[in-house]
Amino acid sequence: MSRIVIDPITRIEGHLKLEVEIEGGKVKDAWTSGTLFRGFELILQGRDPRDAWQYTQRVCGVCPTSHAHASSMGLDDAFKVRIPDNAVILRNLIEGCQFLHSHILWFYHLTALDYVDVVSALSAKTNDPQLLAVQAKLKTFVDSGQLGPFANAYWGHPAYKLTPELNLLAVAHYLEALDMQAQAAAASAIFGGKMPMTMTSPPGGVNCMVDLDLIANFLYRLKKVQSFIDNKFIPDVLAVAPYYLDWASIGKGHANFLAWGVFDDPASRDPYKRLLPRGAVYASEGLVAQKVGPEMVTEDVTHGWYKDGAPRNPAEGVTEPEFTGYDTDGKYTWAKAPRLNGKPMEVGALSRMLVAYTSGNEAAQGLINYTLAQLGVAGKPEVLLSVLGRIAARALESKLVADAMVGWTTQLADNIGKGKTDLFAQYEIPDSGSGIGLWEAPRGALGHWNQIEGKVLKNYQLVVPTTWNVCPRDDKGIRGPIEEALVGTPVHDPKQPLEILRVVHSFDPCLACTVHVIDPDTNEVRKFRVS
Amino acid sequence: MFIKARYPSAAELVLDILSVDFNDTIMAAAGEQAEKCLNDSVSQNEGKFILVIEGAMPSKPGYGTIAGREMMDIVKDIAPKAAAVVAIGSCATNGGVPGARPNPSGLKSVSEVLNPMGIQNVNLPGCPADPKLLVGVVMHYLLYAKLPPLDDMARPKMFYSKTIHEQCERRSHFEAGNFVEAFGTPEAEKGYCLFKMGCKGPQTYAPCPTIRYNDNASWCIMAGAPCIGCLDMKWPDNFHPFYEKLKGVSIPGFGGAQTSADKIGKVLGAATAIGVAAHAVGTAVKGGSKKEGGE
Repeated sequence: MSRIVIDPITRIEGHLKLEVEIEGGKVKDAWTSGTLFRGFELILQGRDPRDAWQYTQRVCGVCPTSHAHASSMGLDDAFKVRIPDNAVILRNLIEGCQFLHSHILWFYHLTALDYVDVVSALSAKTNDPQLLAVQAKLKTFVDSGQLGPFANAYWGHPAYKLTPELNLLAVAHYLEALDMQAQAAAASAIFGGKMPMTMTSPPGGVNCMVDLDLIANFLYRLKKVQSFIDNKFIPDVLAVAPYYLDWASIGKGHANFLAWGVFDDPASRDPYKRLLPRGAVYASEGLVAQKVGPEMVTEDVTHGWYKDGAPRNPAEGVTEPEFTGYDTDGKYTWAKAPRLNGKPMEVGALSRMLVAYTSGNEAAQGLINYTLAQLGVAGKPEVLLSVLGRIAARALESKLVADAMVGWTTQLADNIGKGKTDLFAQYEIPDSGSGIGLWEAPRGALGHWNQIEGKVLKNYQLVVPTTWNVCPRDDKGIRGPIEEALVGTPVHDPKQPLEILRVVHSFDPCLACTVHVIDPDTNEVRKFRVS
Repeated sequence: MFIKARYPSAAELVLDILSVDFNDTIMAAAGEQAEKCLNDSVSQNEGKFILVIEGAMPSKPGYGTIAGREMMDIVKDIAPKAAAVVAIGSCATNGGVPGARPNPSGLKSVSEVLNPMGIQNVNLPGCPADPKLLVGVVMHYLLYAKLPPLDDMARPKMFYSKTIHEQCERRSHFEAGNFVEAFGTPEAEKGYCLFKMGCKGPQTYAPCPTIRYNDNASWCIMAGAPCIGCLDMKWPDNFHPFYEKLKGVSIPGFGGAQTSADKIGKVLGAATAIGVAAHAVGTAVKGGSKKEGGE
């Protein structure tokens, strides 16, 4: 039996350390550790509540838009304001760009290198002039001896299965996707001012300019990204998957899935009727969507660097950071352990697509059934509970979202044409109040809780996607979702733990926003010790 | 950071122009192999590489580590071996949002860590700082073998010497007294001046109106949002509440508007310059700048 530590885990945002115990060529146990503390909630105390969405989106440069929206929705709730229909549409469009940007970036630039052997692409045979040009460029790059970001990877590892030709095609799309993720970000800037850090979704609605020229500019960029998803992203996933079908039975984990839901329907505003609806699926109880609410959430600190206390709901979260050194038997991470009705929950595209699929969402059912049939596993959605399922879910969700965005853009143009131009609803900041914004970042379920007193923020709490996924064990010793998913993963060579990276990357972890504390008594982090 | 660059694009930067050896977001290697990339690049290119730092460094032990080492120690180790050090983004240049009151993890900016060691870094503040700024500095270095001229806060003068207000495309509405008084109004729809909505343009030294963001698609005021000052070295604590009107700026119709609005940025600039100068006294002992180019 051997233990290995991988630190840093790269091709994620933020700072993650992983320790795994390997026995008989398989992972026997695993511990995930967030290694950077930041403390956003402390910073928010005493500030103008209207500013919270500007601060909280800066918790992360990868999914700022989702934080902006969850925050503003929580403030809309606290200010008791119903935003106009056009504001719902525009927030959906800006959020949608975030999803497309993030999923394309994740697939091609963060996880693809776990499956695509860049060096093997040099020996591909092709007559395609574009691919030859990419190959020549790659050759110059490799011959120069300066591999830059491709240096010291696990090239030649036996777990790489693609043909040289497919490797080359993937490298070509890796480069094209760099442009596409930027295109999605640029589309979001048309209405949001810039990306990252969107500027036009304050509580009350949106404050962006809207005219037909801007709508046309947006639609032009959106359609380019949509075409890339239809013609490259989805076909690439379907082309690569057959070489990695064993990954449809690796990395299942607890198989409990949570989605707060994302992309509001302007008419109903019902979270169960969102484009990707709210719900939970517990696979052990069958693939059935169940209702969920924020009151079901608790956070446990048994194994996090916080002073011990009973698990609490975020609305009344009290936590004191206390760094005591890294100890896998005791405390080993800056992440807390959120639970839903006491259960660890996986969040992300797979959770959303499963909730949509089991809620009877026709678009999700069509896409998933088509993909299962293409891969020769028609009628077996349970294969989605895996590393491969997480990859497929992000690709399919990208298409679902891009298609819906084209519809919302048309609806917006239609509204403007009919003179329905409202973008913002006026409000008064209440002397005291509280609100909750439950939404989704590309990485999964995101919740913002605010509490206002004397017209300033008294408390603010975030429960973010990666905290759900990367969290440690709880007081009962039950592993967090990534820890659990790693158990059983085959490891060919512990010195080149490529398979472990595949499992971790399948969750698209982003540690930037995972660690944050609230300390209502003082404005300081009170104690820490190093042992 | 590189991944959002457009002209040259991220692909061209990474494959054709630069050798990006350690970037934990895009690099293929992980764990020990990733650490090897960093160590190899530093030892093989000593005195010849540009160190670009994103993020601030916690001063409390255990609050930020990579491969078991304190982030601050890693920077202190590598920076003296670099030809030039560039701090990009508000976190790196001045602590940014995580370093705002009460600065829960005791964050230090790159300058706070390196200036006492006698190393003068370049500051590219912004939340976000646009990749064009970094590309501009790197290209200047590649073409002229020195850094661009810097101001007293180590920011390139070519980017940070004018206020947003001086360059704003809505400036004529300010002069004419056409103001947005609330979002969602006909005045907002007409693109009037956002000063009364809390715009921090008069106080913010930044090139946003000319560089714009994301393939020149837009920038905050163009999209309809008041500037919150996020490219300034004193952001966010000197700039909030974001949606309250700046104090001390008189508005048109009551005389001397332009002067007053332009002056406020300059007054704040002078105050911060003193702070930096005081700091420079402490670092002069070590015998000047690590690299050429700074003024």
